[in-house]
Amino acid sequence: MAPAPDPPSAANKARLDAEFSELYKAHLRDVYSYSYYRVGNHHDAEDLTEQTFLQAYRHFERAQRESQGRPLRPWLIRIAHNLAANYYRDRSRKPQTPIDDASTISATHTTEALVEDRDDLKRILEEVQHLPDDRREALIMRFALGMDNREIARALGRTDGATKVLLHRAIRQLEELVKKAEGPTG
Amino acid sequence: MNEGTFDIETMLRQALAPVDPPVELQLRLENTLGSLIEMAADELESWELSTLGDPKNWARLGRPALAAVVGSGAAVGLVVLRTRRQRHRRRAQSANVGELALRTLRDGGREARRLLDDLR
Repeated sequence: MAPAPDPPSAANKARLDAEFSELYKAHLRDVYSYSYYRVGNHHDAEDLTEQTFLQAYRHFERAQRESQGRPLRPWLIRIAHNLAANYYRDRSRKPQTPIDDASTISATHTTEALVEDRDDLKRILEEVQHLPDDRREALIMRFALGMDNREIARALGRTDGATKVLLHRAIRQLEELVKKAEGPTG
Repeated sequence: MNEGTFDIETMLRQALAPVDPPVELQLRLENTLGSLIEMAADELESWELSTLGDPKNWARLGRPALAAVVGSGAAVGLVVLRTRRQRHRRRAQSANVGELALRTLRDGGREARRLLDDLR
């Protein structure tokens, strides 16, 4: 049996907490963006973001040990991904349209203001919601968070090759959906 | 990559641009995480104090020097004990005190080597 890890010392704990604080600052926006595009409204995106960081805090020491120096963003997004899956399963909810009622949007959400004014972007977002879950998630990770294939692969628990294919198919399918929605004259 | 792919990727990048979290969420999260960190630090401090009195935890408390001293003492004790067990045989085999001392030293060395082999 592997020896139990040494109990944390106060100094070690303080270092871990400082590192977690850095991780939080660096990726709050990523986790929030991912959550928002997954669940489609700010209220649930806030809940999901909060739960993600609380869970991450609980398992941070182990994640850091096992990551062997690799970036922890895919791990954080994977937590959010699992929590979002539970969110739909537990409440039998479907993803909503990604644009909240304009009156609830705070001034900081400049993206939504941009999308509100652009019918073409709005249509893209609507069609993204019609994609299978894994394809939609891969697109969110790539375009909202700017993750590369390797990071997406780690977050989704797939190989790099399978992720490349997944992204390619997601873009192709989205293109077809948009063309279809525009109609033969579009 | 063709024109159509480029267009859709550009549009996707604009449509799925990052969303800033609301300020209230940041404040709430920082508050919650701050409390958690404080609670964990308090718990750790009281745990360290309570385990300080229990020798079973000394080695695990990150005091390698103390563990080394305790460990060396135990090892020396074991060698002495094992060497003493054979004192009657050594007395019977020795013609004088000098020879007895020599045999005792030799047995002690042998036991120390055996203990080191056991530990490896």
